[in-house]
Amino acid sequence: MDLSTHELKQISKTDIGGGIIMKNMIKQVFHSSKFVIGFVIFIVLLCTIIFYPLLVTDDPLSMVGGLFYKPGTYVSVKDVAQTDQYTLKINTSSVKLQSISKADKESMASWLIKFGNVKKSEIDTNNIQSLVNLWLKNYNSSADQTGLLSAEKKQYVRLNDKINKLASNEDIYIAAKDKDGVLKSNAPIDSRSFVNTKDVLNKRTFILGTDNFGRDVLTELAAAMGTSLKIGLVAGIIATMLGLLLGLLAGYVGGTLDDFIMFITNIFTVIPSFILLVLISFSVGESARGVMLTASIIGITSWPWTTRSVRSQVISLRNRDHVNLSKLSGHSLPKIILTDILPYIASYVVMAFILQISSGILAEAQLSMLGLGPATTKVSTLGLMMNWAIANTAPLSGSWWAFLPVILAITLISFSLNLMNTGLDQVFNPQLRD
Amino acid sequence: MKGYKKYYTNKVLWYLLTLLVAVILNFLLPRLMPGNPVSAIAVRASKGMTDKTAIQKIYEEYAQTFGVNQPLYIQFFEFIKNLFKGNLGTSFTYYPRTVSDILSKSIGWTIALQLPAIIVGWLLGNVLGAVAAYVRGAWDKGILPFFLFLSNMPAFGMAILLQFYLGVYLKLFPTSLGYGYNMAPNMSLSFIGSVIYHYQLPFWSIVLITIGGQAIGMRSMSIYELNADYVKYSRFLGIEDRKIVKYVFRNAMLPQITGLALSLGTMVGGALVAEIIFSYPGLGTTLLTAITGRDYPLISGCTLIITIMVLIANLLVEILYGFIDPRVKANQQD
Repeated sequence: MDLSTHELKQISKTDIGGGIIMKNMIKQVFHSSKFVIGFVIFIVLLCTIIFYPLLVTDDPLSMVGGLFYKPGTYVSVKDVAQTDQYTLKINTSSVKLQSISKADKESMASWLIKFGNVKKSEIDTNNIQSLVNLWLKNYNSSADQTGLLSAEKKQYVRLNDKINKLASNEDIYIAAKDKDGVLKSNAPIDSRSFVNTKDVLNKRTFILGTDNFGRDVLTELAAAMGTSLKIGLVAGIIATMLGLLLGLLAGYVGGTLDDFIMFITNIFTVIPSFILLVLISFSVGESARGVMLTASIIGITSWPWTTRSVRSQVISLRNRDHVNLSKLSGHSLPKIILTDILPYIASYVVMAFILQISSGILAEAQLSMLGLGPATTKVSTLGLMMNWAIANTAPLSGSWWAFLPVILAITLISFSLNLMNTGLDQVFNPQLRD
Repeated sequence: MKGYKKYYTNKVLWYLLTLLVAVILNFLLPRLMPGNPVSAIAVRASKGMTDKTAIQKIYEEYAQTFGVNQPLYIQFFEFIKNLFKGNLGTSFTYYPRTVSDILSKSIGWTIALQLPAIIVGWLLGNVLGAVAAYVRGAWDKGILPFFLFLSNMPAFGMAILLQFYLGVYLKLFPTSLGYGYNMAPNMSLSFIGSVIYHYQLPFWSIVLITIGGQAIGMRSMSIYELNADYVKYSRFLGIEDRKIVKYVFRNAMLPQITGLALSLGTMVGGALVAEIIFSYPGLGTTLLTAITGRDYPLISGCTLIITIMVLIANLLVEILYGFIDPRVKANQQD
């Protein structure tokens, strides 16, 4: 069959030089578009994890802000008052009025028509200046508003306050105490006076706002992605090692040992690993649960998949000619496994490892959501960030920056790893190619 | 029919054995930890308490539940005996309600949410995978990768997205609970309506993340089958396309059923965490309350009942598989 001739060619090539095969394989892998897309996403994330802390050296866990401050640049008010002023010929009040939303404009118009004795033809919701003028002239909170709920009346009062604030031309003074301790101010602030943000020395940009503790979400996210990836790697290494060992033993030695290992493996495939994770994490106790221990617990509960696939691969290899040849030559068991079995299943092991990393990261996130994640205040993980955002009801208060980037980070890491896995699968299993 | 009997007896026996292992683990894991488990758990349960007698009472209660003064095997038989009586102990957070009472209230919600959601997600995923394999084009290059991306999202992540966008932002659906907060469970139409209304977000968040993983499996199985010799031969014989497609999908379906059985545990785990986002009155939310309250009897009860649920679901899938796959029947008749 094709497969065996293909194998034979590979064997003869290995004798000539493994380097060529390795090079060809890598070349082939990078021809798979799926692998390349996944690889690029992963490298971008990895670069963020590595280089972001070099550019922004702030402690990712320092609590600079307050509860869910929204994204943007925060400048010191005192600095603004002290900075040189420039006059720009810009009508600032019209920009302020433009910020009134369409819904607000419509409710203004409807109030004016119903209760303000204004004709419909006089109102033009597109001309905000005239609408606001009409509003300021006609709105009266004590007017007869039959048919409105009291909540709606209150809403109109709030809207009125907002509009008054936006349309207000009142002068604002910056005052300082003079020698005698009397507040003194030179002149009101001109509505057209500006400061250059470059002159303001004290400012801080939170590209993704702050979390519930007032930590900069972006800085924390970069650190958390690193920790989560580390958890995934450790869990993946443990699970892959265990799975590889058990799979090799079951597949190569066979017999009673195989039956026994497969019995255990089948049982642990059916018992949800989620349950084991919860039980072990809870039993270990909060004080002992660090990042590494959490990773290890995830690792020791997720080996059954790898065991299964390694075993089936090894069984198909066990009676190949080159293995039999090694046996006849009197090679020892470790040597046969190392030189005749492992190189052939290496690609499967790598693929299983990649999947283990991604499921390890997901497992940590789920555990942390239940409050069983790493119980440490020294690092943050993607799961812990989610847990805090949800515990402080970020979605209900509309603080999207506290959870959307974290969900996106988890999804992208997992997606890129899975894409790489699919790409590798297509290279190593020609039957799956389109 | 006789052959089936043997097949099913084997399956049922195997699952009973697995259940036994699960029960042993549930019993053993908390007891294997270093130190005296009772005092460790009691300390955690009584954290922040100053009343000496209350702490003593908690300790005694735990010592009694665990029966720690006896050898391990006697403790185990005691555990099993209580299990058969349906006695899982008394909850600490919901004192004086028993664990079995709490679980019996929440298990219905979880099953009613997860069972239809996983089945619908599985079916939609299979249809999408089959269509992507057969039609190709936009299905294969656009829609399938999109759902594949979604399937990499944790279930709770999708739950939060839907809650935020459809619930908080567009205000289309309620953001939490299983029914209106001002209602008591009854059989009235308005209550059922409220339940269905609250059901939408949790349901679709599970469905949406299930589709991708199933679709990609079905796609490769279908492509594999479409290239099989019997398809080429059927085409050669001039059998119409519709009929061939039916054969192909029936064959491609079988590994998908096994796949469902194997991934059920992971799916259920993910969906339980998604429940928490909506404070849905199911097992997931109960488990969270138990963990935050360091309520050991309730945690143990939750993990046990979830394991039993997953095992039964797996067994049902395997029984179904036996009926669908003619090879099982043929094997048994040999």
